[in-house]
Amino acid sequence: MTTILEMQGITKTFPGVMALDSVNLKVEEGEIHALVGENGAGKSTLMKVLSGVYPHGSYEGIIEFRGEECRFSGIADSEKRGIIIIHQELALVPLLSIAENIFLGNERANGGIIDWHETFSRTRALLAKVGLKESPQTRVTDLGLGKQQLVEIAKALSKEVKLLILDEPTSSLNETDSEALLKLLLEFKAAGISSILISHKLNEISKVADTITVLRDGAAVSTLDAGGSHVSEADIIRDMVGRSLTDRFPPREPKIGETIFEVSHWTAHHPQHAERKIVDDVSFHVRAGEVVGIAGLMGAGRTELAMSLFGKSYGVGISGEVKMHGRKVDVSTVQRAISAGICYATEDRKTYGLVLDDTIRRNIPLAHLDGIANGIVVDEHRELDVARDYREKIRIKCSSTAQEVVNLSGGNQQKVVLAKWLFAGPEVLILDEPTRGIDVGAKYEIYAIIAELARSGKAIVVISSEMPELLGVTDRIYVMNEGRFVGEMPTGEASQEKIMSLIIRSGHRN
Amino acid sequence: MSEEAIHQPQVAKPGLGGAAAASGGFIRKHMREYGILLALIVIMAFFQIVTNGILLKPINLTNLILQNSYVIIMALGMLLVIVSGHIDLSVGSVLGFVGALAAVMIVQWDMNYILAGVICLAVGAMIGAIQGYWIAYWKIPSFIVTLAGMLVFKGLSLWVLEGQSVGPFPRGFQLIASGFLPDVFGIKGFNLLSMLLGLAVVAVMLFFGLRSRFRNRASSHDDEPALFFFGRNFILAAAIVYITWALSTFRGFPNVLVVMALLIAVYSFITTRTTIGRRIYAVGGNEKATRLSGINTERLVFLTFANMGMLAALAGLVFAARLNTATPKAGLGFELDVIAAVFIGGASMAGGVGTIVGAVIGAFIMGVMNNGMSILGIGIDYQQVIKGLVLLVAVIFDVYNKNRA
Repeated sequence: MTTILEMQGITKTFPGVMALDSVNLKVEEGEIHALVGENGAGKSTLMKVLSGVYPHGSYEGIIEFRGEECRFSGIADSEKRGIIIIHQELALVPLLSIAENIFLGNERANGGIIDWHETFSRTRALLAKVGLKESPQTRVTDLGLGKQQLVEIAKALSKEVKLLILDEPTSSLNETDSEALLKLLLEFKAAGISSILISHKLNEISKVADTITVLRDGAAVSTLDAGGSHVSEADIIRDMVGRSLTDRFPPREPKIGETIFEVSHWTAHHPQHAERKIVDDVSFHVRAGEVVGIAGLMGAGRTELAMSLFGKSYGVGISGEVKMHGRKVDVSTVQRAISAGICYATEDRKTYGLVLDDTIRRNIPLAHLDGIANGIVVDEHRELDVARDYREKIRIKCSSTAQEVVNLSGGNQQKVVLAKWLFAGPEVLILDEPTRGIDVGAKYEIYAIIAELARSGKAIVVISSEMPELLGVTDRIYVMNEGRFVGEMPTGEASQEKIMSLIIRSGHRN
Repeated sequence: MSEEAIHQPQVAKPGLGGAAAASGGFIRKHMREYGILLALIVIMAFFQIVTNGILLKPINLTNLILQNSYVIIMALGMLLVIVSGHIDLSVGSVLGFVGALAAVMIVQWDMNYILAGVICLAVGAMIGAIQGYWIAYWKIPSFIVTLAGMLVFKGLSLWVLEGQSVGPFPRGFQLIASGFLPDVFGIKGFNLLSMLLGLAVVAVMLFFGLRSRFRNRASSHDDEPALFFFGRNFILAAAIVYITWALSTFRGFPNVLVVMALLIAVYSFITTRTTIGRRIYAVGGNEKATRLSGINTERLVFLTFANMGMLAALAGLVFAARLNTATPKAGLGFELDVIAAVFIGGASMAGGVGTIVGAVIGAFIMGVMNNGMSILGIGIDYQQVIKGLVLLVAVIFDVYNKNRA
């Protein structure tokens, strides 16, 4: 095998921070090279250096690609050489067609006039390569996230890619789509295309990666050979966090009390297609001190269920009953749901959870401004006390509570969201994908907060696509598929296989 | 300004050379707030020199205040609108329409001017509420709704006035804009009441400033370096004392100034210290997250526009009283001056950012330039070009600062 990429002694500093500290990275031709590390370890920065987002001169060190030293001045430069990066946030124009997106900036044209025939036929060929059967004229917005991801990859292929960089490609995909994506990577490998895969999902990495480089605090701490031999997840985690995590979940002894929260025959319809039931006659309950999980694939209707319960924030034609402590409550607006004691922490913290450009201290009390005000006058000293209190209690890492949340890492942003809802004083807390996109160390801390909340007698609902997480933190699991609850089991009796088979069997029924 | 300190982020901990490092970091973080104040001072100093001292003469200061009062009154409402992530293009037309309405009611129907004034304010609030209804509850872009409003009310004021100018107003109504605080002490050539009022304002400002500073100190969070705190307060106090003295030797405080100062204080308090202020900033910062925090975002936007309408109506009354006549052309293009003032004052088009004090300073920057250039006899053509460039530079400065941070 020959080396396709060699990065030597890459150092990149931002004012006051050393983001990368003489990092070396070597990628062989036709291998899948996984890059892992906690958030803020420098993975994205390294990839931005490689793809020319940070141009030559703004960093120290040497990049050699296919035997030549490269000095990229921008992303167009690196793409010309065949280095293509696919970001976590997809860079597609939703209202344009697949074909238009694939050839955006690279149009098949004669003298400025687009050759649609060639555009479509080449798009069809590219889509076949990534296993998509859509028409090239389908608008991207009409595709699911998994298929959008494949369109991005097809776009990369259209540029004769030699090295494909994928930043957290599966973080928003369900298991089937993730599987398909990983299979595709293996096919590319067979075709001689190298890839760099950034991911938090260690099980995926151990499935496909040939080599694993672990970054920590801006330095490459180890390079592990994953081909054939067995690198254990524990080894990777130890290198990532610099300590060994014997337990990925904090221990807890559940003390389960009376039923607090009870939902019966809850139904909600799609806001645009009012005839489609997205949540279909769902009933469940949660007891004090209990952590209940809702398992299911992406699109099963779990987020929609939670948001429709939380002040009818999703859906139309909602029917059903919600009881708190056996008494019927009104949850028809967010305000009413909160006063009934129900809070919902979103899966998408940047869009639905935080005012990103505002400070930590001003984000935390947003759902309960009365808690820091006398009448309508905000008491800023009380606000500061509250912020400092939560910073301490749930360990929000920041230079000051006056820091803007946009500058925090994902894990710390998630903690600010949690602090906001804790301050609102809920009895029932619904957590939607509470650890999405955050690193192993921070995940453990989030789990510890969940355990602590349960211990204090709150009823917790956890929605998660990561089954090990559900198995690790919950007491009881409901399984949801296509809008319906298709199973329920105590976590002690649950397994990934059992949950999957419930989902698959229920899917066959229709 | 006195409430400012608690918003200051913690600066570098004093250590070796801590004081210097602290002020360095402080300047960098608060470039915008001090920058705009500095810009106003520089612009005023410049015109003071090139106009041979005419700019700060008592009579011209009085003029400056009267000329800009309606822009400032509307800028207060516009700041809230822009912070909430919207825009209101209709305010110039609403100002003209309300002025026309006042003229018809007072001059042609002989209505009592106080009653007419109250009706006008209600009509303004109503106009804002109707526009706000479409924007907040129907999610129609504010640009479009208020563009429509701009055309509608321009047309309606022509219709109400039947294309004519209507005036003059009775003496009592004119006093809104051209009256001064009464000279209760009867000292010839010096309005002692105004002077005392000015000094009282300075005293109150210093009292709250110091109190807030001591409280911040007590709760051990760093605030602005002493040099900045005292420097800023000294400049501000000196400016107020000078203006007060100058105005007192002329005819005293114009009534409009008193109204304006009260409004500035009230809106400043609302934006920085109340829960409703918090919510407006949150809506502009992230509407979806704010709604999911249990805040009624629709009602908030609706109220913001109703408030804007009412302030536009108040400005319309002031403007009509000042001209002593209502003309179909009144208010033409005023919305642009108001919006420019708010953006020069540091607000962001995306919403969630901006301060009342900034908007007021922004309005004064525009006003001083208008006034200074007119004294110098610079043609309206050049004036427009220069004002446009100042707006552009101010926003470029903002973006540059933001990118660097």
